[in-house]
Amino acid sequence: MAETTNGHSQSYVGTRTVRPDGHDKVTGRARFGSDFNLAGQLIGRVLRSPHPHARIVSIDTSRAEALPGVKAVITRDDFGDQPSEFIPAGEMMMNYKDVVRNVMAREKALYEGHAVAAVAATSVAIARRALKLIDVTYEVLPHVIDVVEAMRSDAPLLHDDLFTVGVDPKPEKPSNIAKRIEIKQGDVEAGFEKADVVIEREFKTAPVHQGYIEPHAALATFSEDGSTELWTTTQGHYIVRAHCARLLGLDVGKVRVTATEIGGGFGGKTVVYLEPLAIALSRKAKRPVKMVMSREEVFKASGPTSGAVVRVKMGATKDGKFVAGFAELKYQAGAFQGSPVQPGVMCAYAPYDIEHVHVIGYDVVSNRPKVAAYRAPGAPISEYAVESVVDEIAKTLDIDPVDLRMQNAAREGTKAAYGPKFGPIGLEETLNAIKKTEHWNAPLRKWQGRGVASGFWFNIGGETCVSLTVNEDGTVSLMAGTPDIGGLRASLAAVAADELGVPYDKVRPIIGDTASLGFNFLTGGSRSAFSGSMAIVEAAKQIKADLCARACKLWEAKPDQVEFSDGAVRPLGALGEKVKPMSVVDFAKVAGKTGGPIGGVGRINAQGAGPSFGTHLVDLEVDPETGRTTILRYTVAQDAGRALHPAYVEGQFQGGAVQGIGWALNEEYIYGEDGKLQNAGFLDYRMPVASDVPMIDAILVEVANPKHPYGVRGVGETPIVPPLGAIANAMANATGIRFTELPMSPPKVLKALKDKGLNRA
Amino acid sequence: MARVVLVGNLGQLTGGIAEFDLPATTVKQLYEQLTELHPALGHHLDEGIAVAIDGQIFQDALFEPIGPDSEVFLLPQIAGGSTPV
Amino acid sequence: MAKHHVEAKVNGDPVEFLCETEETLLDVLRDTLHLTGSKEGCSSGDCGACSVMLDGRLVCSCLVLGCEVGGRQIETIEGMAKGDALHPLQQGFLEHAALQCGICTPGFLVASKALLEKTPSPTESEVRYWLAGNLCRCTGYDKIVSAVMDTAAAMRPKQ
Repeated sequence: MAETTNGHSQSYVGTRTVRPDGHDKVTGRARFGSDFNLAGQLIGRVLRSPHPHARIVSIDTSRAEALPGVKAVITRDDFGDQPSEFIPAGEMMMNYKDVVRNVMAREKALYEGHAVAAVAATSVAIARRALKLIDVTYEVLPHVIDVVEAMRSDAPLLHDDLFTVGVDPKPEKPSNIAKRIEIKQGDVEAGFEKADVVIEREFKTAPVHQGYIEPHAALATFSEDGSTELWTTTQGHYIVRAHCARLLGLDVGKVRVTATEIGGGFGGKTVVYLEPLAIALSRKAKRPVKMVMSREEVFKASGPTSGAVVRVKMGATKDGKFVAGFAELKYQAGAFQGSPVQPGVMCAYAPYDIEHVHVIGYDVVSNRPKVAAYRAPGAPISEYAVESVVDEIAKTLDIDPVDLRMQNAAREGTKAAYGPKFGPIGLEETLNAIKKTEHWNAPLRKWQGRGVASGFWFNIGGETCVSLTVNEDGTVSLMAGTPDIGGLRASLAAVAADELGVPYDKVRPIIGDTASLGFNFLTGGSRSAFSGSMAIVEAAKQIKADLCARACKLWEAKPDQVEFSDGAVRPLGALGEKVKPMSVVDFAKVAGKTGGPIGGVGRINAQGAGPSFGTHLVDLEVDPETGRTTILRYTVAQDAGRALHPAYVEGQFQGGAVQGIGWALNEEYIYGEDGKLQNAGFLDYRMPVASDVPMIDAILVEVANPKHPYGVRGVGETPIVPPLGAIANAMANATGIRFTELPMSPPKVLKALKDKGLNRA
Repeated sequence: MARVVLVGNLGQLTGGIAEFDLPATTVKQLYEQLTELHPALGHHLDEGIAVAIDGQIFQDALFEPIGPDSEVFLLPQIAGGSTPV
Repeated sequence: MAKHHVEAKVNGDPVEFLCETEETLLDVLRDTLHLTGSKEGCSSGDCGACSVMLDGRLVCSCLVLGCEVGGRQIETIEGMAKGDALHPLQQGFLEHAALQCGICTPGFLVASKALLEKTPSPTESEVRYWLAGNLCRCTGYDKIVSAVMDTAAAMRPKQ
């Protein structure tokens, strides 16, 4: 277990403190994206393509511009084109040629909902009327949405300059297949020869949305000197700044972005949609512009994740040793390339120690919105497929499914299929934890089934900048730069309080805007508590060193005669008879006289993120007359390394599990033959409600990450990885039917039961 | 000499050779030595790559040391929470 | 078309406003009365983030028109705390960590308060079905339900 830097037992880290931003959130005072307003603001609205695929022949905005109350209209002509090249954009690789086209269509509308024009007007009503006055001439083209259909050589082509990367020789004709990737270890064919049981299955999943309750919102004001201020609900305001600066030709330093409180993101708010439009409209109208998406726009025009087809073939010996794992993943990217097929490929077999592995992945474009990240992007899909086949192997060999996973589990020193060896990890601990639960042994009745599955996510670190300032009364101002989407401020305040030895309620954390701190990568990758706490330790080190130096001057002592511990600089040895310790509060009172303001800034590129493994156990019951599935009982065991705030770590486990339940049982994008989304609302895009789920038991496993001063591992993403497999496995046990298509919604389940003559209680 | 393995499509840029023994002592040196051997790697090593050194994954860490017996993997960068390219 | 002139009471205070025919009560609360605690998640009554009490009845304010509330009493999240004292449910949500991003929290608090006023000793099932009209995507509902059940128990007079 890593040594803590203050050498004393922690008093707040690991406890269930009340979050510092909590009172504002339970009283309605907290300001989310659409709660911000500026005097004189205009309302912006977007005109969106009604066609899933069409050439935009012409756009005539003259009638809209003539409408009284309309102050600006923008189209593709208001955004300079961007060359095709992958460049770092705030530390990610983006192809701005695609970004500028997704933000505002250029040659083509590539999905129903694609932005074609936008207006800013003095009222919502006028803005709506103005959209109707914009005349767009479309040449409607045939569309394709399904990933397998889109891969055919005769499929409608989205981009005539897209040639598949990763195949040799380079193809002569463009296609919808942007990329082919693969990882290989050993020789799977030889592996299958050695296997006593080989199981091959093909799985299909539908696109699903992150489902955040707060729609996208942005408020921009542009100044004559070329600077702009933007308030937006986002997971990464530094990324927003980078994108807007690039798309609008502005200096990064002249774009000041404030991340408002955010009402959910899950990866879907890591890219820009409204922000560049709001700035462009404000620049043209010379007034602030506020834009908010409707729920329908969120479904149609933000970034649901991939639908996919996954083929898995696994081989094992009769003793249960996995010898070979093959998989082929085909993921939808949406209108532009960039599905999460890469991490899907890398995660597929990650929980297991398998000698021979071969995974191939395809990134495929089609006429639906461009995917954005969704919590452990790519992994839930590939691990659903693998965990389902692992379960079939367990059944075939008559081995307990947890024991089978245990036997093959990745451990410290196991070589991951994607290359490096694992450091200390907690998969085994989570499997053991599940086996020890009362849930594991609870009796089941007819039409009830139990399923288990494991999962993993890499987690990342990244650029982080956090400042700690000691105010003149000894309170501490903490400014972080990663938006707080789930209770981060509570964890960071606890770490700062323990590091400096000050009371928790004397630490005031805020999320600073982009002008206030150095670069921060976005909140995502399960990184904000991991990296933020690391940066706080750095900042606190600076403060402690500074206070010790001041003490030496005040006490006329040498550095080895003083040390910082337990919230104070303490005199050592004989010096202790001459002077008394000075606390942080004591120094605060004399800061000016002893050198100036007291503070530290942690500026790091956090490395050493440790992966988090989890195992989920679920009991469900199927109603054979309606096909409806009820989740009876759910247990999550996941490795957090060290839980800075146990309640918010449990919250991540529970929230991710329920998103997984929705994905497995009900959520899907339903397209008509016309390529239009039929269920663009919460009524028919059916996410779990409180009556759909039971209590989610959360077991915190802590296998410390040796690379973090507190042992922390990111936890936010792993929880959504095991549920799909666990629920599919439970369904197989409840019904005797292996469902290879998600969601396992009532009509599908009922049909499957009817086909087998089982639809009777 | 550190043993260096290219994972995924990177091997295609080196004519199918995915494993190297190189005397690099930092990530920066490693990139320079690889690019000298295979210029087609070019700017692919500049961005979008994660480096695993003896099991620990680093992203954007040019000065990270590599030991004489280190096992190094070059992987596509994991920008989890945001769609990787 | 002329705007409607409406007089009503919000959180015990008399209010007076003008609104278009098509403006919802939610629009009026947020944009005209500047009470932004009620949130807009869907505008179709499916998510409950806009929950308010209208003459003692729990409603989605996005499904009520501004011009319909003349002479009526509206209670929003802003009226739940009394001075410095948080309502026990608000305190309960904080102590149970029953919120992560917090966007759905005002709606859940208004709805939970309505439940406990009607049913001071709800079962877990009653709590879940009553709150089925409020969507949460972050918490999985577990800690919300615990917060409501435990607060209900704490609020009941001790036997």
